[in-house]
Amino acid sequence: MAKITHSLLIKGGRVIDPANGIDATSDVLIVDDHIAAVHPSVEIEAHETIDATGKIVVPGLIDMHVHLREPGQEYKEDFESGSRAAAAGGFTTVATMPNTKPVVDNPYLVEAMIDRAAEVGLINIKIIGALTKGQRGEQLADLAQMDEVGAVAFSDDGHFVDSAKMFLNALDYLKPLDRLVICHEEETTLVKGGSMNESLNSARLGLKGRPSIAEDIAIARDCLLADYACARVHFAHVSSARAVDIIRSTKERGVRVSAECTPQHLTLTDDLVDPASAATKINPPLRTKADCEALLAGLIDGTIDCLVTDHSPHAMYEKELPYNQAQSGFPGLETALAVMLTEFVWTGRLPLDKLIEKMTIAPANLFGLDGGTLSVGARADVAIFDPSLEWTVDAKEFFSKAKFSPFDGKKLKGRVTHTVCNGKVVFKI
Amino acid sequence: MQSNVSIAGRDVIQIADFDAEQIRLILNTAVELKSVLKRSIKKLPSLRGKAIVNLFFEPSTRTRSSFELAGKYLGADVISINAATSSVVKGESVRDTLLTIESMAVDAMIIRHKSEGVPQFAANTVKPIVINAGDGCHAHPSQALLDLLTISQFKAPLDDIKGLKVVILGDILHSRVARSDITILKMFGADIHLAAPPTLLPRFVDPSVTIHATVEDAVKDADVVIVLRLQLERMQAGLIPSEDEYSRYFGLDARKLKLAKPDALVMHPGPQNNGLEIAFDVNYSEQSAIRAQVNNGLAVRMALLLLTLSGEREVL
Repeated sequence: MAKITHSLLIKGGRVIDPANGIDATSDVLIVDDHIAAVHPSVEIEAHETIDATGKIVVPGLIDMHVHLREPGQEYKEDFESGSRAAAAGGFTTVATMPNTKPVVDNPYLVEAMIDRAAEVGLINIKIIGALTKGQRGEQLADLAQMDEVGAVAFSDDGHFVDSAKMFLNALDYLKPLDRLVICHEEETTLVKGGSMNESLNSARLGLKGRPSIAEDIAIARDCLLADYACARVHFAHVSSARAVDIIRSTKERGVRVSAECTPQHLTLTDDLVDPASAATKINPPLRTKADCEALLAGLIDGTIDCLVTDHSPHAMYEKELPYNQAQSGFPGLETALAVMLTEFVWTGRLPLDKLIEKMTIAPANLFGLDGGTLSVGARADVAIFDPSLEWTVDAKEFFSKAKFSPFDGKKLKGRVTHTVCNGKVVFKI
Repeated sequence: MQSNVSIAGRDVIQIADFDAEQIRLILNTAVELKSVLKRSIKKLPSLRGKAIVNLFFEPSTRTRSSFELAGKYLGADVISINAATSSVVKGESVRDTLLTIESMAVDAMIIRHKSEGVPQFAANTVKPIVINAGDGCHAHPSQALLDLLTISQFKAPLDDIKGLKVVILGDILHSRVARSDITILKMFGADIHLAAPPTLLPRFVDPSVTIHATVEDAVKDADVVIVLRLQLERMQAGLIPSEDEYSRYFGLDARKLKLAKPDALVMHPGPQNNGLEIAFDVNYSEQSAIRAQVNNGLAVRMALLLLTLSGEREVL
């Protein structure tokens, strides 16, 4: 038996581990980098003990959609600042998108990024490769080679693959690899130049719209292509009610599509858009109350498989531009769990174990990753949060380099107090 | 009566930020200033010692010269900066440009920008009074004020605008003038009708406004017809087929105007494409108030500068 070098005991917390159907007060014993025991009472003199009385202990959260901006855009975020932001939000695994400079579209860059993730070593950073070379939608990227060196999925996130033929080729080519394609679904010509949802609000403000029909059309096309190619397709940051319906009916027909949504699209609406401040600008855009309701219903009934943040940091000077010129997106790792708890769990609209499932075992299973569970023997990735801790979002205090958020100033209830990754405490409040 | 109504120190970003009493104050002041404009020596001392900067990130002739002269007739020092010849083309950010101008101890900035929201951003960012001279497709408050002044001059005093049928023709989708006009006319109870090719209308329109498929339907018994400028790039964008087709169906000519009330007023924010959205003879007809609009624009801008910068109107 291997020699124990370190033990960490998390005592007295309410342990929620949806993968094992556990919701009970338990102690969690971590030995080195794995879970050694989950038991109502672990009586052992550990090297390190965390008193989790009154707190909730869950598997380390997994976010399959972040932008950590390496390589090339370290002024927006880097693996270290992004890892700290993730850890502060309870995340122990994130998958970073390839829309970088240069685009991560070849095995050398994937390897370099995997090495870079290991070098930072705070949390598990997974690398998503581009679907097409340069994300230009014209030529397949080196998908098999990127798969071989460890890319976890492929995506042209930020861009819709305009050519149906190109997209179909990608689905066919990927079949032997069993890696998911993550699709940014907004039909290009319908959203060109648009910067907010098309609605009475956009008409009033004079801002060009990005109508939800653009998303619906794109998702409908790719549902049909997934069916036709007998392939798996994953829809990124779904925001429209009609799209939820299309995905639901496609799943009912047995087609292997899956979907994610974000806390912002679940909670924020286009009447918050103030053209003097681009904090609310994001693609796809914030939509309407009805869309938020449909997303929540989809999350609960399983149409939407997992929750992601689409953490999209930018430099302030890129965000502080006229609304239609500003960069889209904002950081989300440090607010996601608390926003979901405050808006949906404490209000009784979403069971806590369902939320944790959507942020842990569901994405792990979907993308074929380890983690997302507190099973004995699993990697010791754990998040501990205080459900009664009330706090106010102050973007200036973010670990992320991006110090802005549409949630800035919002009062939230529930906050991560400890994050353990690979058996090491990587964040505590 | 209006002693407690004031817009002193206020930014002028959009019509919706003001109430009817404040708009009355601005228009009444403008009417008084129009008499000053008839004097051989027009210059007033009211804003002597005040500095105003025209900051135009987008080309403009009439609005810029109108604000510039408005400031000068009131005794202020006015300079105009064109973005095309300024440090903006060297990559300076909007914030840096604003802070630079602010550091020169100016009292007001008149801002035009092709992007919606920039004047509000300026108002949030710098201390001087900010007046929006047009931001993208969003707002053009001084145009709305001068249009209301023109309607009140020729058609009905402000109290009687309620129920007046006002038709706006043309590219509503891209028009900050239409948005601002609709807001101010609704505030005074006008009955607003629009006609445009559906590609030039927002998909979502305030239900209190009536949309017509044809100009003929829209202008029937109208009291006022406001014709909007058609930007020629709309053809390239695939929104309309040709100038010829547009002018045939949506241009205001004498035949279509005959369907309006005989004394209907024709307005246009300028500059006009003669023979496209407005026929030459309509532009220069007895019913056209287009030149009066320009004069009223000057008076309204003087009123805005006077009331926001000095807070007084008893200086005439």
